[in-house]
Amino acid sequence: MNDVPADLKFLSSHEWARVESDGTITIGISDHAQDLLGDIVFVELPEVGQSVDAESDAAIVESVKAASDVYSPLSGEVIEVNSLLEDQPEIINSSPYEDGWFYKLNPSDMGEFDNLLSPDDYIDVCED
Amino acid sequence: MGSLNVAIICLLENSELQKMNKTALHNAHINLGAKMVNFSNWEMPISYTSLIEEHHAVRNGAGIFDVSHMSVFDFNGGDQVAFFERIFANDIKKISNYNKAIYGALLNEKGGILDDLIIYHAGDKFRLVSNCSTREQNRQWYEKHAVEFGVEVIERSDMGILAIQGPDAFNKILSIKEMNSQVKNLPSFGCMFDGDKLYARTGYTGEDGLELIVPSRNISQLWDQALSLGCVPIGLGARDTLRLEAGLNLYGNDMTIDNHPYESNLGWTIDMTDQNRQFIGKEALLSIDQTKSQKIVGIILRDKGVLRAGYEINHDRGKGLVLSGSYSPTLQSSIGLARVDQGYLSMARL
Repeated sequence: MNDVPADLKFLSSHEWARVESDGTITIGISDHAQDLLGDIVFVELPEVGQSVDAESDAAIVESVKAASDVYSPLSGEVIEVNSLLEDQPEIINSSPYEDGWFYKLNPSDMGEFDNLLSPDDYIDVCED
Repeated sequence: MGSLNVAIICLLENSELQKMNKTALHNAHINLGAKMVNFSNWEMPISYTSLIEEHHAVRNGAGIFDVSHMSVFDFNGGDQVAFFERIFANDIKKISNYNKAIYGALLNEKGGILDDLIIYHAGDKFRLVSNCSTREQNRQWYEKHAVEFGVEVIERSDMGILAIQGPDAFNKILSIKEMNSQVKNLPSFGCMFDGDKLYARTGYTGEDGLELIVPSRNISQLWDQALSLGCVPIGLGARDTLRLEAGLNLYGNDMTIDNHPYESNLGWTIDMTDQNRQFIGKEALLSIDQTKSQKIVGIILRDKGVLRAGYEINHDRGKGLVLSGSYSPTLQSSIGLARVDQGYLSMARL
């Protein structure tokens, strides 16, 4: 397992969330998830302004081998999506925790963040 | 993520690993860092680095595949030509005595496809390669029908298969030290035995290249040499995108025992030229109205997304079902094979 950034929290279904300095949340999928999926060729992102619910599907990621729903770690309103993924979805493979982020949201309940898995707990989930 | 754990990329459990078949190159795959998957109870590499990079390596250079999970059968004694005339829907007489390979279907009495396979004939020997998931079924089928022709069926589980494919493949093969120099004279679909080794100019990628069906004890050395000559190791993931781009069927996806050849794009392999030849399934095929059967067509997705097996499509005069769907690294679009009703036009909708 590669190093997981310490400031992230996770769903056991392999999505990560990060609190930015302005209080917004950035969401993506883990390095482990991109490795399992292999070459990612297509991403369907939510609309800006759309409300998403925690642990509900908010995006779709497709690799050559498989399609998968992406669940939102937190509830809130989508304020920005990573338009770079439209033409270069492969950056999720090369940079899952930085350039390959999916969307940002204004969280409606920060308590949900505290309930997510810590990096160590997430690594345990992956290794089970 | 929803379907991640049920997709074909599921991780292997330790308990599962111990029960699975392994090829003679298993350690080589592990040492190369391959991702291993369970493929019909064989532990096989699905990719080594990136499926897309591996795909391009075959289209632009030369790639090498370990496909030793495939089933190899040899035959001994009796009237082997008559035996194949009976069990094989293509006509073996097209290749017997020509040092060639022939592709076709094994049918049951109802005309259902039991498997697709390649039969090689060189010198006085036949060798047959068919899918791995049908190994036991086929062995029993061959044995059952071989009796009346006095033919002995020999399963060669001691054999392995390497496929070296791509525009540079043939030249690289000729540089392999142990390679028989006569290989350079093989035409497309030509084959030759060198002792127990069979070399054939066949493949499953749409590219030029060779398949080497050789004793497993010889495999490592050939593999290492091919790698040192610049052949790129290719997993089963890219094998699937390569064959799909080439429009080649995959048994179990694009055709099953419930399909006849005419609805499986295999009508061209049914040879009824010799009217006296009574092959298994012939009667059933004669009763099929080909103008009404469904057809397999290649499809390309004009929108973003990826076609997957099981997606339904509609056209103005009927329906269809996606049998194989994936992403084409060459076209950078999603492509697939679909079985559609007659009367289809050029466009359909998901």
